[in-house]
Amino acid sequence: MRRFFVLLALIAICGLGVFWFVTRPQTLPNDALAGLTPDVSRGESVFWSAGCASCHAAPDATGEAKLILSGGQSFPSDFGTFIAPNISSDPTEGIGGWSALELANAMTKGVSPDGQHFYPVFPYTSYNKANLQDVVDLHAFMATLPASNAPSQPQDVGFPFNIRRLLGGWKWLFMSDRWVVQSVPSPVEERGRYLVEALGHCGECHTPRNVLGAMERDRWLAGGPIPGGKGSFPNLTPGALTWSQEDLAYYFETGFTPDFDSAGGHMALVIENLAKATPEDRAAIAAYLQIVPSVK
Amino acid sequence: MKRIGLFLTLTASLIAGSAFADEAAEGAIKARQAMMQLFAFNLGVLGEMAKTAVPYDAEIASAHAGNLLVLSKMSQNGLWPQGSDIGSYPDSAALPDIWSKYPDVLEKDKVLDAAAEAMNAAAGTDLASLQGAMKAIGGACGDCHKVYRQKK
Repeated sequence: MRRFFVLLALIAICGLGVFWFVTRPQTLPNDALAGLTPDVSRGESVFWSAGCASCHAAPDATGEAKLILSGGQSFPSDFGTFIAPNISSDPTEGIGGWSALELANAMTKGVSPDGQHFYPVFPYTSYNKANLQDVVDLHAFMATLPASNAPSQPQDVGFPFNIRRLLGGWKWLFMSDRWVVQSVPSPVEERGRYLVEALGHCGECHTPRNVLGAMERDRWLAGGPIPGGKGSFPNLTPGALTWSQEDLAYYFETGFTPDFDSAGGHMALVIENLAKATPEDRAAIAAYLQIVPSVK
Repeated sequence: MKRIGLFLTLTASLIAGSAFADEAAEGAIKARQAMMQLFAFNLGVLGEMAKTAVPYDAEIASAHAGNLLVLSKMSQNGLWPQGSDIGSYPDSAALPDIWSKYPDVLEKDKVLDAAAEAMNAAAGTDLASLQGAMKAIGGACGDCHKVYRQKK
């Protein structure tokens, strides 16, 4: 009988050990950014391609105010309401004190400088495919943006989702650094894939999610309901989206649909970013959307 | 008996009154959606040129830019009755914030006016000017739609 309890205790310890191992926050090697030198102007284009301001600017900020990344916009979901934190250059309330490596760990590993998992509302499941050179450039550009001393608001998330350690298991189950579209016919589609799957994190809204809130990669960009709201994100695959590449590129530039209606909601914010991209990048995204697997 | 008659009259007039109000709101929703359609139609002519899907024609472009300018200056009086929003009317895409943040709506409307003025000046000049002016109009449309419209 005593042996039985010893065995049970051993199994429990092993289980805890596995849990602890699987859910541990993993980071990049310390020399991951060695040899990379920052380029501020490239960083600005990364900044708009990655859409940082769309979520981290203050609610309703427009124009120059979009560069003050004080946070405060809220994002309702099935798991609670997430509130975008201050990522301005302020060293205490913002992320001005972060090294480039700390930013790279946040964006590609979903881990904060104090070793905690971020919630995947921060799209690190997309940013994990970003080039580290882009992260280094972005870090340099963000340091030039204004500081805000507005404190970040706590996340409004209930049990058990408030146990951040569990996110390690979520990442183990769902976080993939593989491209969804494996083969690309030319460098144009390859660039488009990088912008859509990595920096632009289009799939975060346009791909349906499973019960645990992970993107269903086999229904990539097939659209889905808007969490906590009415309506749905449209299906962008060739099974539903029949706009020509020229129409898509023009939509990204001006917000005009082929019927000359205009983009609304969060997509209008995305258009503001895309309008700042190069015509080549807009065309690349349009070209990539033609080769996404069709979902009806 | 007299009281009952008065009561019935009052009730009937209330019902008739609210039905009348609904009709007015529905009419206004139709009218403002028609206005948006006219914006889209005229923008379409200019936009097809901007996309170089059809050849640039200075005269036609000027005519449609002129239409846009007229549309942007059209009086909006009566078009947006209080309560004619998405919550009460299935045909409406207007969010209630339009009424609670009205000064901001007026600000955004001024941006559209300026963009329409700029288009009116640019459309007849050359294709590059027209293409440039489209971007500002698209921005003005989107600025309002991102916060005040919810499509189905």
